[in-house]
Amino acid sequence: MKSLKKLSLVTLFAALMVFMAACGGGTSKDNTSGTDKKNDTTPKTEEKQELSGSLTVSGSSAMQPLVAAAAEEFMNANPKADIQVNAGGSGTGLSQVSEGSVQIGNSDVFAEEKIPDKASELVDHKVAVVGMTAAVNPKVGIKDIKKADLIKVFTGKITNWKELGGKDQKIVLVNRPDSSGTRAIFNKFALDGATPAEGITEDSSNTVKKIINETDGAIGYLAFSYFTDDSVTPLAIDGVEPTEENVQSGKFQVWAYQHSYTKGEADGLAKAFLEYLMSDDIQNTLLKEQGYLPVTKMKVERDAKGNQKDL
Amino acid sequence: MQICIYPIMTYFRGVWCIMEKIIPAKERLIKSSKNRMDGELRGKILVILCAVIMISATISITIFLGTKGLQSFIKNGVSLIEFLTSTHWNPTNQANPEYGALPFIFGSFAVTFLAALIAAPLGIGAAIFMTEIAPSWGRKILQPVVELLVGIPSVVYGFIGLTVLVPFVRAHVGGLGFSLLSGMIVLSVMILPTITSIATDAMGSLPKYLREGSYALGATRWQTIRKVLIPAALPGLLTAVVLGMARAFGEALAVQMVIGNVRNLPSSILDASATLTTIITLNMGHTTYGSVENNTLWSMGLILLVMSFAFILLIRYLSSRRKL
Repeated sequence: MKSLKKLSLVTLFAALMVFMAACGGGTSKDNTSGTDKKNDTTPKTEEKQELSGSLTVSGSSAMQPLVAAAAEEFMNANPKADIQVNAGGSGTGLSQVSEGSVQIGNSDVFAEEKIPDKASELVDHKVAVVGMTAAVNPKVGIKDIKKADLIKVFTGKITNWKELGGKDQKIVLVNRPDSSGTRAIFNKFALDGATPAEGITEDSSNTVKKIINETDGAIGYLAFSYFTDDSVTPLAIDGVEPTEENVQSGKFQVWAYQHSYTKGEADGLAKAFLEYLMSDDIQNTLLKEQGYLPVTKMKVERDAKGNQKDL
Repeated sequence: MQICIYPIMTYFRGVWCIMEKIIPAKERLIKSSKNRMDGELRGKILVILCAVIMISATISITIFLGTKGLQSFIKNGVSLIEFLTSTHWNPTNQANPEYGALPFIFGSFAVTFLAALIAAPLGIGAAIFMTEIAPSWGRKILQPVVELLVGIPSVVYGFIGLTVLVPFVRAHVGGLGFSLLSGMIVLSVMILPTITSIATDAMGSLPKYLREGSYALGATRWQTIRKVLIPAALPGLLTAVVLGMARAFGEALAVQMVIGNVRNLPSSILDASATLTTIITLNMGHTTYGSVENNTLWSMGLILLVMSFAFILLIRYLSSRRKL
């Protein structure tokens, strides 16, 4: 009996090892790009040109929900394709795509700003636009701010809301980390490049929203998609309301592209997936659900240096 | 021992064999001594392998972190003196980047020592309660409570801190709520179980004759605890505190949520601050590999590693002083 028990244990263990080895083999193949995988198992698909293979996407955590949702729908339509979407930050995405360990690297800033020496190897696919604006605690009592005042608030030159016609309340800044793409965009287009004064620093937009909501006199900045309730008040800048239409017409300046980078021109599954992201289907429905603005409807265009021009 | 009679592969005393008939007792006995030697060897190899994997993992992490962490000084030309002593941290400023990590180093030490200041008396007190005052029922209640505290994930501590502690501090103590004080309270709860359980072991391992001798001399229970047991267990108790501090020093997530992550040197306990770990977790994902920003984060990681080595050396020194 004892030996039998041992045998079953060993068999079980061996089975587990084989199972794990099989799984491990599968994931390690994720990094080898292309459609060649699974050719041996499904030789009949040639005539239908069905999409198959695996694709790994990494990068910006702000884009992760959008790309993951799109990937899910894409995989429903193409059951043989396998797309993995990881979040790790824009820097991680750009590093990984430029060293070839993933096929698509998502970033909320231009690659030229993060990796100037390697950016020329990467091809930019702008898949969405995100608008952001300053958000204040509802008790502050202002809804509109002049850009010059906004800069003074963030650089610490104005320290009380009553100077701007609000409540007598000390201003509390909520920043993003130095390296954050959101911070870079906000500094560049809302603060005209001024360096903000020190304040509470949090990375996650949800945490920032929670802090602004709970702290009297707090001001921070959030993407439009976070203004779903009245727990924080979005500010109009120079009288321009932070709306989709104003971003699309170029009147509201604080917005950024969401980039998907590939190393060299996209091919195979990566190309098909990027085309799917740009399709009307995704641009007009999923993007809106996730709080992004469709890049296809933009009436203005911006380059890596921040110059804006009409389309 | 079961004798194999089935025509199948069977595991018998350390060897695989196909057995079709009963082996005579004599053969089995002779074989078994040899087989046992095989078993000895196999066991030894297995155990040595485990040890080698452990040691090589530690050494390779140290080497990796060392090379990565020194890059910012060697390759990017960041001054080590500036890194350790300057209070200006501004790595993204294109024209004039500054790399002074002193506020974060200070923040790490400040929360660690403040947390130990709260957790050490509480933990040691609980240990004395469990071993001396109420060894039976006290231990039965307190032990599971302490173990439960270990099981709560750090992100939950952080979230409770953010939702309950930060507004509480803001309303009743002052400041923004995001402060060294909040970080210290969250951390002290987190390291309490470490300190309590190790201190309990230290107190419990004291020989009985110490207590009996003290009582025989007419000392009261409190006198025995204060004058005999605590001095005798002191190296063990200090080890407990240092281990707790090592844990506090490396904690990132919970602290990040309540400390405010401000780059300035805090001037009071109610000021927001930042630690090495929180700066690493906030920035790591946004920076690209090989960039100066990224390398300076690795340098902070190296400082954390060096500090944890220092904590371990301290623990080894303390336990070598243990006389009982």
